[in-house]
Amino acid sequence: MNVLRNRLAIRAAIIALTIAAPFAFPAFQIELTFLWIMIVFALSWDVMGGQAGYNSFGNIAFFGIGVYTAAITQIGLFHDVGAYTAAAGGETLSFTQAQYFIGLAAGLAAAPLVAMAAAVVLGAALLGLRGHYFAIATLGLGIALGELAAGWAWIGGSSGLQVPVYPGGLNAQHLLFYFLSAALGLSAFFILHRLYATRFGLVLNAIRDDEDKAEALGLATTRYKIAGWCIAAGFVGLSGGLMAHIIGFIDPREVAFAGATFGVWMVLMAILGGKGTIWGPVIGAAIFHVTRELLWTYLFAWQNVALGVLIIVVVVFFPTGLLGWVRQRWPRLFVMKATSS
Amino acid sequence: MTALLEVSDVSKRYGGIIANSGVSLAVPEHAIIGLIGPNGSGKTTLFNSIAGTHAIDRGSIRFAGQEISKLRVPQIARLGLLRTYQQTRVFRRMSCIENMLVSERGEASLAAMIARPGAGQRERAIELLEFVGLASKRDLPAGSLSFGQQKLLEFAMALMGRPRLLLLDEPTAGINPTLINGLVDRLRRAREALSITLLVIEHNMRVMMNLAEHIYCMARGEILAEGKPAEIQNDPKVIAAYLGESG
Repeated sequence: MNVLRNRLAIRAAIIALTIAAPFAFPAFQIELTFLWIMIVFALSWDVMGGQAGYNSFGNIAFFGIGVYTAAITQIGLFHDVGAYTAAAGGETLSFTQAQYFIGLAAGLAAAPLVAMAAAVVLGAALLGLRGHYFAIATLGLGIALGELAAGWAWIGGSSGLQVPVYPGGLNAQHLLFYFLSAALGLSAFFILHRLYATRFGLVLNAIRDDEDKAEALGLATTRYKIAGWCIAAGFVGLSGGLMAHIIGFIDPREVAFAGATFGVWMVLMAILGGKGTIWGPVIGAAIFHVTRELLWTYLFAWQNVALGVLIIVVVVFFPTGLLGWVRQRWPRLFVMKATSS
Repeated sequence: MTALLEVSDVSKRYGGIIANSGVSLAVPEHAIIGLIGPNGSGKTTLFNSIAGTHAIDRGSIRFAGQEISKLRVPQIARLGLLRTYQQTRVFRRMSCIENMLVSERGEASLAAMIARPGAGQRERAIELLEFVGLASKRDLPAGSLSFGQQKLLEFAMALMGRPRLLLLDEPTAGINPTLINGLVDRLRRAREALSITLLVIEHNMRVMMNLAEHIYCMARGEILAEGKPAEIQNDPKVIAAYLGESG
């Protein structure tokens, strides 16, 4: 009972902090919004990369799909998308307040659904591959989709797509997207936390440890892998839908299918914190985001070099992530949770 | 008598090596059948053929009246034909109890996927861990167990899947001699209590003579002899296969 009460107290504290943060640190509102998105990136990458041992470098594809789906749905409900993009941002095609919010809701609903559908199709094609072969096969996904988006004039092609402008004050917009991102981050955390305790979580871990053995037990491993990738795609697709509005302008290669930045960060943050754990990706995202912002401020023009060094340091000295390193040094902090109680 | 498992005329070659050639054997329901033979005689290849690990070149394998030689590993397992490995295979980073819970034969329906393991399942998992003497290790990662303990865990995992037929590949290899008698006893009790059928590869002749009701002996990819343990033990062909032929 005590444990239960403690857990409730912790959850209440987390939610209270989440609500208070943008008011307590108004200057960091956008940073905090980004942090939540980063947490979603890392958590959703870890579903396959950490829990199932399937390193995907292609999750950025689902992000980009979410970015475009949200924006196109919102525009397409009320205008011709081709005309909108041709007018480069809708000087002539504007949205009423009601249209904006209906479109926003529809777009944010469609983004994860389309991303999940893409994960099912891609998963059926790629998840028969094992380990490294899967990782290599996913490498080109984001790049390919980025090129496709850049070549598709209807959605703005390489000159990008201006997301409909929020019909209210800047402050209200920032708050709205902070809370939407926070809600997504918290849901991702709690849903995945719960999911990992189910048969689904056990099977993902079994696949990570020995997939042949899992098959020999009669487990339909491919089905579980597709479902896992699908869940990851849902979260990351929705984060894409939000990101479209947070950034406000969609460049096909630099925002939507930004494999060299967002795509790499997803992987790096999960590994930095400790993959295969629920807190690892969260910690990794927080440390990474703060570090990256500091580097950006103090090492201007050198930030990518510093980031590269960080990657090397993590992989060489903390191969199991910070959480794994702490666990090795102080194992007593991590008495294995008694599943039998 | 119709057999639970009927292997007829199965051949399998790897490149130029003929691993199995025209192998036939029958495993009646509720029996304990032994499979012996010198190293490299094709016993494990036959297990792999039965379990669906690789396609066979020729022949037929029927399980409970159904042709299974074209089915894939998980499909065969879901019919109730499970196996253990010579080199143990457990989920090393998962705890013993998690190893057990994931071994439950479950449908891959969405509802089954997102269900938490129930109290009944957990109880059965602990019962089976007790059965193999590992209940006290339930929360340790399986990879931290000794080789022998991992073998026992793998056996318990197989039982968790409610098999009709269990293929055991050298269940006593690497197990402490004092534990071996206990294991033989457990195999027998598993047969009685859970009404399963066993096909066992084993090098330990003492175990085999105690355990099996009927033994097949393989050599160079073929069935060399079959019969009751006492008959096999005294078969000159079997002795020659193990000790080398003298002209």
